Amino acid sequence: MSDKVLMKGNEAIAEAAIIAGCRHYFGYPITPQTEIAAYMAKRMPKIGGTFLQAESEIAAINMVYGVASTGKRVMTSSSSPGISLKGEGLSYLAGADLPSLVINVQRGGPGLGGIQPSQSDYFQATKGAAHGDFRMIVLAPSSVQEMADMTVKGFELADKYRMTAMVLADGTMGQMMEPVSLDYEIGATVEKPWATTGTKMERPHNIVNSLFLEPDALEKSNFARYERYKEIEENECMYEEYMMDDAEICVTAFGIAARVSKNAINAAREMGIKVGLIRPITLWPFPAAPYKKAADKVKEIISVELSMGQMIEDVRLASECKVPVTLCNRVGGMIPSPEQVLDAIKKAANGGAK
Amino acid sequence: MKYSYKRITLLAGHYGSGKTNIAVNMAFDLKKQYNSVTIADLDIVNPYFRTKDSQTELEAEGIKLICSEYANTNVDIPALPQDMYSVIDDQSRYAVIDIGGDDRGAYALGRYSDGILKEDNYDMLFVINCYRPLTRDAMTTLEVMHEIEMAGKIKFTGIVNNSNLGEETTADDVLSSLDYASKVSKETGLPIKATCVKQELIDELSEKIPDLFALKLQKKII
Repeated sequence: MSDKVLMKGNEAIAEAAIIAGCRHYFGYPITPQTEIAAYMAKRMPKIGGTFLQAESEIAAINMVYGVASTGKRVMTSSSSPGISLKGEGLSYLAGADLPSLVINVQRGGPGLGGIQPSQSDYFQATKGAAHGDFRMIVLAPSSVQEMADMTVKGFELADKYRMTAMVLADGTMGQMMEPVSLDYEIGATVEKPWATTGTKMERPHNIVNSLFLEPDALEKSNFARYERYKEIEENECMYEEYMMDDAEICVTAFGIAARVSKNAINAAREMGIKVGLIRPITLWPFPAAPYKKAADKVKEIISVELSMGQMIEDVRLASECKVPVTLCNRVGGMIPSPEQVLDAIKKAANGGAK
Repeated sequence: MKYSYKRITLLAGHYGSGKTNIAVNMAFDLKKQYNSVTIADLDIVNPYFRTKDSQTELEAEGIKLICSEYANTNVDIPALPQDMYSVIDDQSRYAVIDIGGDDRGAYALGRYSDGILKEDNYDMLFVINCYRPLTRDAMTTLEVMHEIEMAGKIKFTGIVNNSNLGEETTADDVLSSLDYASKVSKETGLPIKATCVKQELIDELSEKIPDLFALKLQKKII
């Protein structure tokens, strides 16, 4: 019998979290990520873990804060409007340097929006989840297997750098089913001497807090945090290049948009158009290197997004505006078709953006 | 092999076991034998990947589709189709009913079970897939089965082995699921009514499995 299982993206996230040692999950239902909570509700009681449906998203993220303070691996998940509600808690987690994993299975917005897939929380995830100077590590899976892989990776990075990691998926990634292999080597978790685990009268109290009474102390904590961020930017960028070696046109996309783009690129290659793909896997840190390289040899970069054009700003910065960067998009829960992307590629091949 | 249908075929099972895909395929198969065929989507759980995705193909074959008018929209409520009772009352039509996953999905069936039991011309099929993470063995599969029967208020009459890994499924994957399926059958006393495999595997497996039912997978856009 195959060692693979057939899973929904949402289930893959939940099971991978359990394998990674997460025994505490707090959430509140919202389409299209509810299967994560449903799966946790079934599994956690059987393995001595805690599943708790909180009274709101805000309550859930604050429960995450509590468990994270004790050094345990903890997770919450939601979809776009629910992530907005969690904003305050995300900022507090950052201010207290607590590791946690947050899943956003995006849906169309703004506002209550809809329940169909979207990528329009890119700005929120990579630049402004809430108030204050802080970042989150943002991972963008593009298959059900990667939904699981990024969950495990997210826990590791969160612990390593004492911060929140977010898996930024979308409704389609959450709902689609694919075979996955959940065979992970879970390394030893990092030491957490800062955790509030009880002093046993043997050490001074650990205090987890995001309030600073002295401004210079607050400044110092910000500087220290950004030193860590610099290290992450240098060491943790992940991306995939597809057919970029001889490419004259570069398509760039993450998550579900990258899957559609690959289909379009394969079709364009059959027509003799030299086109490739840069797929960022970490959205923060954003992998600038492949774009810098591409900007010296391609004549156009096409950013395929399920948003009004959010990642495109980082693509322009990374490619230093050396070549035109154009947008190919659908929004509101709609997904670009391979034909739409192929048309954009053909247009670029025939002279392209002016 | 030729599957022999009762007037109403009910498909229930664990979430993601493949009910919708089988329902659509059975509707096409029924249409080859009978003139008036209805497919009803009673799924109140799934937001995406609905029977309605096959609307064009179904209607082209003259198969009547009954589904919530909110399916595939942003109206995120567990609405039932208003013309659902016509499936029970109009005994001149053959019908396939696609029930939502787990007990939660089967609650919707409970509303219609009286009429179905009274007419007593139905099969309630339990769709199973040993490659789904929460139904990997017979025991966990039985748990799901009892929950569904409690919620749907109709006892199962047969099993459909739909063990698969999506497009990656090999003949070996299907063959090694047969033990699991017969265990479920033995524990429940229910007959295995069909073993579903994708069209591409039919030739390879036709001599090895007696009750094959060929599935055309619903089209994928991504």
